[in-house]
Amino acid sequence: MMQDLAVHLVYLVYAVSVLMGMGTILTWVERKQGAVISDRIGANRAYIRLPFTQIKLVWIGLFHGVADGLKLLLKEDFKPATYDAFAYAIAPWVVFAPVLLVFAVVPFGGALHPAELFSGLPAVAAWFGDKTYQLQIARLDAGLLVVFAFGGLTVIGAMLAGWSSSNKFSMLGALRAGSQMISYELVMGLTVLGLILIFGTVDLTAIVQAQSGIVLGVLPAWGVVLQPFAAVLFITAAMAENRRTPFDLPEAESELIAGYYTEYSAMKMGIFMFAEFIEIAVIAALFSTLFLGGYNLPYMHDGGFTLPGGVEIALAHGTVVVLQLVTFLAKMLLMSSFQILVRWTLPRFRYDQLLRFAWKFLFPICLANLVVTAIAVWALGGLK
Amino acid sequence: MSNPRTPNVKRTARVYWNEPAMGAWESVYLLEVVRGLVITGGVFLRNMWKWCTGRKGAVTVYYPEEMRPDYARGNRGKHVLVQRPDGSAQCVACNMCATVCPAKVIEIEAAYDPADVAHPKSPARFEIDYSRCIFCGLCVEACPEDAIRMVKDVPDFPGPDRGAMWITKEELLTWQPARDAAKPYPPHPASGTGSPQP
Repeated sequence: MMQDLAVHLVYLVYAVSVLMGMGTILTWVERKQGAVISDRIGANRAYIRLPFTQIKLVWIGLFHGVADGLKLLLKEDFKPATYDAFAYAIAPWVVFAPVLLVFAVVPFGGALHPAELFSGLPAVAAWFGDKTYQLQIARLDAGLLVVFAFGGLTVIGAMLAGWSSSNKFSMLGALRAGSQMISYELVMGLTVLGLILIFGTVDLTAIVQAQSGIVLGVLPAWGVVLQPFAAVLFITAAMAENRRTPFDLPEAESELIAGYYTEYSAMKMGIFMFAEFIEIAVIAALFSTLFLGGYNLPYMHDGGFTLPGGVEIALAHGTVVVLQLVTFLAKMLLMSSFQILVRWTLPRFRYDQLLRFAWKFLFPICLANLVVTAIAVWALGGLK
Repeated sequence: MSNPRTPNVKRTARVYWNEPAMGAWESVYLLEVVRGLVITGGVFLRNMWKWCTGRKGAVTVYYPEEMRPDYARGNRGKHVLVQRPDGSAQCVACNMCATVCPAKVIEIEAAYDPADVAHPKSPARFEIDYSRCIFCGLCVEACPEDAIRMVKDVPDFPGPDRGAMWITKEELLTWQPARDAAKPYPPHPASGTGSPQP
């Protein structure tokens, strides 16, 4: 009992610090990557001066995030004369909380045997006994369904913010957010149905473990190999869910000022922005889990590697755990960077184009992909 | 059914010169997206490779610290007071620059040294208020002694208050020391003899 509590407390601290850290780092990555893409230098002026010296630490602009946070905390917390102050106040949190909750079911590592990990400390090892934990906050059988359930909650926050602001721009933004997110939610759900058909489960850990295998003799059985179209469609729909360029119609600053958070200032606005950046990381984590083999390197599983020729490489438990944690973080960073690349490449859709793209382009392709997958799974008798 | 009001007008669709024309390639949207991503990704990797190998991967510059190489040769960025070989200012405090200055930003306080027979008059104080200077270069034109020049520089004058935007004689002399090759004046005489130096 106490062992479970200790392990899960560590997990919680790890997950929250990973998400908050990613959210902070990604603001910097967004600035710097955008700058490098457009032949600029990027934000590099914020510094921390060591006390009593003239040594200024710039660290390639990393402190700009700190400066932003301080600025947002110290700004005036403007409140509009709204008829629903309560909804106005909780809207940022309704956007923010589900984004964090989604990560609860995402496995960020394989199985953990504390006794084996602490074999050098017999007292600790004995305390843990032969307990095994998955590196995951909540292992739910309905993992993927939970992801979609929580993911769909953010639209409520956007709608609340828009409606309770007493502002036409906010309301237009909220309407756009509502129709856009519901349309793309559908596409996103359909894309992963193919994976569920192939792996026969919605448990995210089981999906990751199923991707340790080998298909066609050499390729790792990653989702992106089994379902390439679904991978492209999923990342597209997920970015539309996150309302970032090219899908940032709800907050299109050239048309709607800031869309549904026009009336928000100071840290309330900061929470919207922070939720957006954390959602980049969460989408990256989900994409890695579903399509890129999760926390495993190619051909890797909890015991080590099984290379295509049937070669087995066994690894110590501690090595495996560290490797899996690092691999998952690296994949998250890589996919986040990819989303930022997309944001700095594509211009914004027009609103009718956005909905046409969802319903007349992505939706039929998803259905076709699903049908083809279903036929293939039926013909091959499943890959399991 | 045709419109009864304009029964017999044959309508032809107008073709505009800038009619959007999308080929089969462009209409499959995702392929063009991939092409765009390859372009931006390529630029990103090229610039990152430059940064990682110790070169500069940007076309912009660190503005006040770094000067663009393509500044004009005659760029009037910042003033310089020309030095004599002994390090004193070549200025004779004639006030012509201060008189011609359209913004009236030059302040000169003259000093008199009877011991220095060749140049008894010199500036004790020579200050320019850069918060008002318009960088027209008339002071350089007006100077009879070639004692003030303007050279190219990125002026990083902005300061927390206006008082910090004055430049003093010491800085004018030393921030980029300049000599006048055409006037190799003898060094400062050790003592006044009452007659001009040969």
